Amino acid sequence: MKRSSPTRQRLAALALFGIPLLTYPLLALPEGRTGGVPNVFLYLFGVWGVLIALAAWVAETPSK
Amino acid sequence: MSYKILIADDEPNIVISLEFLMKKEGFQVAIANDGEEALAKVDSFKPDLLLLDVMMPRKSGFEVCEALRADPARAGLRIVMLTAKGRQTEVAKGLALGADAYITKPFSTKDLVAKVKSMLESA
Amino acid sequence: MTSSWFVAFLATAYLGVLFAIARYGDARADAGKSVITANVYALSLAVYCTSWTFFGSVGRATSGGLSFLTIYLGPTLMILAVSVIVKMIRISKSLRITSIADFVASRYGKSQLLAGLVTVIAVVGVVPYIALQLKAISASLDVLFPMSAEASEPWWRDSTFAIAAVLAVFTILFGTRHLDATERHEGMVAAIAFDSVVKLAAFVMVGLFVTFGLFDGFPDLFQRAAANPDVAGLLELDSTRAGTWASLILVSGLAILFLPRQFQIMVVENVDEGHLRRAVWLFPLYLLLINLFVLPVAIGGLLHFGGREVNPDTFVLTLPLSQGAEGLAMLTFLGGLSAATGMVIVETIALSTMVCNDLVMPWLLRSQWHNLAEKKDLSHILLGIRRGAIALVLLLGYVYFRAAGEAYALVGIGLISFAAVAQFAPAIFGGMYWKAGTRRGAVSGLLAGFLVWLYTLLLPSFAKSGWISRDFMDAGLFGWPWLKAQALFGLGGMDDITHCLFWSLFANLGLFVGVSLLSRPNAVEASQAERFVDIFRLDPRAADSRLWRGKASVEALVGLLERFLGPGRAHQQLAAYAARHRVADWRKLSADAQFVHFAETQLAGAIGSASARVMVGSVVEEETLGLDEVLDILDEASQVRAYSRELERKSKELEAATAELRQANDRLLELDRLKDDFISTVTHELRTPLTSIRALSEMLHDDPKLELADRTRFLGIIVTEAERLTRLINQILDLAKLESGQAEWTTGEVDIAEVVRESVDSLEQLFRDKQVAISTELPEEGSAVVLADRDRLVQVMINLLSNAVKFVPGETGRVEVTVKADGGQVRVEVADNGPGLSPGESELIFEKFRQGGNTLTDKPQGTGLGLPISRQIVEYFGGRLWVESRPGQGATFVFTVPLPTNT
Repeated sequence: MKRSSPTRQRLAALALFGIPLLTYPLLALPEGRTGGVPNVFLYLFGVWGVLIALAAWVAETPSK
Repeated sequence: MSYKILIADDEPNIVISLEFLMKKEGFQVAIANDGEEALAKVDSFKPDLLLLDVMMPRKSGFEVCEALRADPARAGLRIVMLTAKGRQTEVAKGLALGADAYITKPFSTKDLVAKVKSMLESA
Repeated sequence: MTSSWFVAFLATAYLGVLFAIARYGDARADAGKSVITANVYALSLAVYCTSWTFFGSVGRATSGGLSFLTIYLGPTLMILAVSVIVKMIRISKSLRITSIADFVASRYGKSQLLAGLVTVIAVVGVVPYIALQLKAISASLDVLFPMSAEASEPWWRDSTFAIAAVLAVFTILFGTRHLDATERHEGMVAAIAFDSVVKLAAFVMVGLFVTFGLFDGFPDLFQRAAANPDVAGLLELDSTRAGTWASLILVSGLAILFLPRQFQIMVVENVDEGHLRRAVWLFPLYLLLINLFVLPVAIGGLLHFGGREVNPDTFVLTLPLSQGAEGLAMLTFLGGLSAATGMVIVETIALSTMVCNDLVMPWLLRSQWHNLAEKKDLSHILLGIRRGAIALVLLLGYVYFRAAGEAYALVGIGLISFAAVAQFAPAIFGGMYWKAGTRRGAVSGLLAGFLVWLYTLLLPSFAKSGWISRDFMDAGLFGWPWLKAQALFGLGGMDDITHCLFWSLFANLGLFVGVSLLSRPNAVEASQAERFVDIFRLDPRAADSRLWRGKASVEALVGLLERFLGPGRAHQQLAAYAARHRVADWRKLSADAQFVHFAETQLAGAIGSASARVMVGSVVEEETLGLDEVLDILDEASQVRAYSRELERKSKELEAATAELRQANDRLLELDRLKDDFISTVTHELRTPLTSIRALSEMLHDDPKLELADRTRFLGIIVTEAERLTRLINQILDLAKLESGQAEWTTGEVDIAEVVRESVDSLEQLFRDKQVAISTELPEEGSAVVLADRDRLVQVMINLLSNAVKFVPGETGRVEVTVKADGGQVRVEVADNGPGLSPGESELIFEKFRQGGNTLTDKPQGTGLGLPISRQIVEYFGGRLWVESRPGQGATFVFTVPLPTNT
């Protein structure tokens, strides 16, 4: 019998966190520029990158 | 000729009674108060029969019996083990180690004397 | 300008490399050493990034700013739902499902109708997408060779047709290399992974070239963009399009699962579920990297070309070319080529499998079966059909490309395709997690969703291309305004994709659920529903044997397998099956339910589950089970499962209980052994004085003429030994009472100084006899008052004092008693100048029957119980008793008793 593994549950939770972070209304928050680069550009790629890093950490850490 | 008997026991009062019994039967008697002394006296006194208590300091009766039986030169020595522990396993252990007889304390003096005599005569 | 021959050579060489990689991968797979690692799997998933990404993203960015990112954020979020993907993989492996159409059809009772419907939706939705790839290659060639762009050549000299033909040959070679149609295409997957590397490298190179070559890095580029009013708008998100943003994330998230090529790569070609661990982050990382430079390239192109007429879709080529960087342009061309070929190959293989198994085979089996039945080996025909299907799909793509040209119907097709495959979502998700979903529900939902999609998205795209009248969009079908194609029921104000998604999924989901609830599944549907939903819990073979009843012959089934798989492959699989069932020769297998299921599953891998069911049904006499019977069996199976789970739990509890019992038993045995030892020791201690008493009494009795001196001596010994015996029995009883907690205590205020004085007094005679000096050091009256039993404390003191006097030498012996009250307790020390104790002895003497002084002289007269009893007493009052000593330096026995807290 196979129960849902903790790794899979953590990844799914990551997706559930990612959805509000990568959609409106939160997406409307970053305005203006930092060093010329639009903050929304930094925000989108930043959140995306962090999600990927977390997913890598969760998925590649052997569970038990 | 009279037989030689070695009494090995650490209880002084028991030694007194055994010594008196054996001497009364006309045997020559020597005393040892612990296991090591018993082995030494076997060498020097060269007894025909050994009355051996199990619970003794320095070397138990079992150890003494085992050591004596490992020496083929002493095959003629009769060993009678005496113990206050009446458990069957101890009796079996003593006989397995080569004792010729096993008597539990307290013993009947008549039985003991009879047993010692018969063992010496059958030799 | 680069010669067309050089480009042709380059393209050919590139395809040659792909070919070599694929050959190598296949060779390794044949040798049993798969080249498909987790990294290769993750990279091959990037077949998602087609030329629509490679060229089109930049184009979208020039008009929509960052909104192109949604197409990649959706998949990033969706792939995190690993459990869904694993479930799809597990189901497909278990039932040898080879396409998404087969997946849907198999779930809903192996329905040919459903398989056909899904295939039609996929073909209609995706063929234009293939056309888009051809167009991308064509467009990039136009950029490289501007002259040919204007000339309308006949099709046989059209380079795009040549490319389509080459791709068809390539796909046929690798998609249908094996006579066995069921195996995975590992060589192809390896080639696709290589494709992914090339297109990423090419795009990143262009991005770096634009960002750091044409401009001074990101800040410079973005600052210059902000200064240009035409471009500045691209830097901000348009929050009025929040709904579009969300719906694009949704539709692209669904596409990553349901596009036929994604299903093929992610599910069918998966060799190891564990590879998902890597894919879950490496694939999103790939997407991030390939998108990082999209906006910079778009801005760069707009700024660089100003108002000139340059198609933004070609910026990745035109920007390097405008700077004379022909090498980079060549690399970009290869990148675009690889993006297009990868997509075309996988998509075509996936579609051709579906067309062959779910459209052609059912038709063929129905109409021509009698002719076909005479053929011994149908596997070649099967492969022929599949090859024909590949050619057909590519031809359709080419025709659509030629027909559509620059029309909107081609440019916008990417998202239109996505919306089409999104229609599979209710049937598939519902099928995987909801047992009540029925075939009728799935068919109704799919059909409704497809029609709405057709009406609100595909036909409008035709209308926008000018192929058909726009009336149904502008005025509504039949002039009814509530049927306006992109504002159904007056729902306006959203973009066309969101509008289509809303209505199509609304209709699809609504009908799927509604009709499912109103209809009853047939027997096959019910058992398949069980297999799909409970795939993780169910041993798939468990219910098989009970869900099928009938008569079958091994020969007929083997004949079927030989015909469709080819004799070689069929015998191989049969041998493997026989080995699993421990039968030496597969010819001796019995045609039981399991074997029938095995045969059907093998056939399903070759011709799809629906056709396989028909074929198997044609050679066996199946006894039809009614739905109720099937449901009974399934219920029973799930009850058995519940029972077995219950049993498992029970047996675990039992194991735990057994372990506890065993531990308890071990403890008891240990206690028993201790008790046994104790009794044996007590026996020994009692028998020893008895021995003397009996022997001496018998001698006195038997010999009346004994000398008086001996007589007196013997009687003295008898008296002493009798006393010893009495003392022993008393102490044993005392200790037994103490240990069992049955001792009686009279607790009151006790001045320890007084206890010491009294004890010393009572032993005065003993000390005097042995000429041992005793001294006491006591605190003032009333300062060492504790709550205790006075007599018991006296007992302890007397025990310690008599021990001390026993071990000190006569005449020089000295015993000192000190009592101190401080630190909340009274401390009593009894120090002697006897032989002392070794550290080992210091603990030993507190054990029962362990007497100190293993002397060579007299055996001490104690019982070996005094100290254990004393310790019990002191501990009862909350104190401690121990000895401090070193050999040769005397011993100090110490005990403490706590002072009452409220004095």
